Amino acid sequence: MRTVLVDVARRHLLARKRQTLVSLSGIVLGTGFFLAISAMMQGSEADFIHRLIDNSPHVTVQDEFRNPRKQPVAELYPAALVQMHRVKPETETRGIRNYKQSLDYIREIPGIKASPVLLGQGLVSFAGKDEALSLNGMVPSDVEEVSTIGSYLTEGSLRDLAGNPDGILVGSELARILSLERGESITISATTGQKHTFKIVGIFHTGRAAFDQSQVFLALKRVQALLNRPNRANEIVIKLADPYSAQAVAARIEGRLGYKSVSWQEASEDIMSTLALRNIIMYSVVTAVLLVAAFGIYNVISTVVMEKQRDIAILKSTGFHARDIQVIFLTEGLFLGLLGCGLGLPLGAGIMWGLGQLNFKFPGTTQFNRMPIDWGWEQFAIAGAFALIAAVGAAWLPSRKAAKVKPVDILRGAGA
Amino acid sequence: MTEVLLRAERLGRKLEGDVPVTLVHDIDLEIQRGEFIAITGPSGSGKSSLLYLLGLLDQPTSGRLWLEGVETSSFDEDRLADIRLARLGFVFQANFLLPEFSARENVQLPISRRGKLDEPAARSRVEDLLASLGLKEQADKLPHQMSGGQNQRVAIARALANDPSIIFADEPTGNLDTAASAVVQTILKDLARKQGHTVIVVTHDPSFAAQSDRTIRIVDGAIA
Repeated sequence: MRTVLVDVARRHLLARKRQTLVSLSGIVLGTGFFLAISAMMQGSEADFIHRLIDNSPHVTVQDEFRNPRKQPVAELYPAALVQMHRVKPETETRGIRNYKQSLDYIREIPGIKASPVLLGQGLVSFAGKDEALSLNGMVPSDVEEVSTIGSYLTEGSLRDLAGNPDGILVGSELARILSLERGESITISATTGQKHTFKIVGIFHTGRAAFDQSQVFLALKRVQALLNRPNRANEIVIKLADPYSAQAVAARIEGRLGYKSVSWQEASEDIMSTLALRNIIMYSVVTAVLLVAAFGIYNVISTVVMEKQRDIAILKSTGFHARDIQVIFLTEGLFLGLLGCGLGLPLGAGIMWGLGQLNFKFPGTTQFNRMPIDWGWEQFAIAGAFALIAAVGAAWLPSRKAAKVKPVDILRGAGA
Repeated sequence: MTEVLLRAERLGRKLEGDVPVTLVHDIDLEIQRGEFIAITGPSGSGKSSLLYLLGLLDQPTSGRLWLEGVETSSFDEDRLADIRLARLGFVFQANFLLPEFSARENVQLPISRRGKLDEPAARSRVEDLLASLGLKEQADKLPHQMSGGQNQRVAIARALANDPSIIFADEPTGNLDTAASAVVQTILKDLARKQGHTVIVVTHDPSFAAQSDRTIRIVDGAIA
């Protein structure tokens, strides 16, 4: 019996080839662009998060506290309402206390690689130019485990940094501005008035101009000496085997050590919100495209229903149920949806391939990048599902109208 | 011994609205199995409305109707559709064939919908029906490729597809020329006389009505 209904649906569409093709092309284009835009947006989001996870610590333990310590009066009267003004979180001006002990605790957590860092400011002068620098004092042997800077080295290696206590890694922009080359020396002044001369053992290029100009990487002990903070670190940076466990790990460390521990998700909360908002906008736009296409289907099936009143009447008088009639017109929507998917998804894949071939130079970067495209099956499934829902949804109203046709109303009109 | 196939008791149909219209009222009648009945009357008298009520295409607003001894007034639309599919056949003034389907496919539609015969048996049944109505050569033609008389014969074949107890024909010769009309009249008459079908025909044609076993004349929605 279903074959009969499908056959009637098929012939209705074939009998109106031009209108069917127009509405089909709408759903094909809608599906194609839905897929391409969705894959492009998701690809760029995934690429962004990937870079975020790769290039920044998964958890950073900072030398500050999130909340003020509980005051003695509040501890003495836990049930009382205690209101105190101007209580501020304590800041460790000299860095994390006993950071080595803290590191020992953190390193006991499975799947963790942690390293102390001392951050500070410095200045380099050359040919009358002063360049402000962010000093990253790290344990050279740990750098590879907790940082991706090694993968951006265009000259030299991390081993050179580990092998030379006075070694320094500088960015390509800084090297360009100051005409520096590997093997040359630069003298860095700290805010404490201390100066030290370092030998350039490597040059990195991340593609982010500001980073490549301002960041330098040195041995922790040298930075401690420059900043006059012996045996101090003001951050512990952590890389996790599972980056998505960062929030739980951060909460655990903060609960134990008391120091503010920031996961990469928390550090990028504003960016993640922006990405979520971007997704909402993107899906709204592409859904609107499909909705317009769905109106085309609605239009065609409505017209068929109007034109086929006599056929509906005869089918019902012959003994077809109202449900059968509804199935016929829903099947027409399903046909258009399936065909739309069948042609629209390859079209979308073609657009995705084309976009993937284009090179873009994004603001703030110094190199050309390929457009990141998400080729995951989920993108195809979402686009296909939206197209089918739009097509069948568009057929729903006319199909209900068709099912409600009373054959006797049509027969009376025809017989008059 | 005669068997009452269809019985109506005070059957009525009123259209509600700002100005209610009574299409049919207080019809009492009995139709025996194998009878050939003609329903006549002036235009707008309610002949077709009565046919639609008897054929379960419309539901009465008053009275009761029995088909083969079963009271049908309380049946829902699906149950009525099932009865129409299995027990009743319809031929209308306009042939009402599906234009995208060939003669063969139009006749096979009710058989396929009922699903009682397998595909080969259904095809055989369709071929037999078309052959018996002189349509063997037209089997693969679409409705627009056939004459009005041929289309009406395809409609009769479709009405007979599930071997119904009753054939309802609403002005079946109204759109046909004299020759085609005579052919259709003969077919319907033979269905009753030779094949034992009950045939109920609405017609304006007195000569056609004169060939029936019984004529029911309707005036202003009631039996005159």
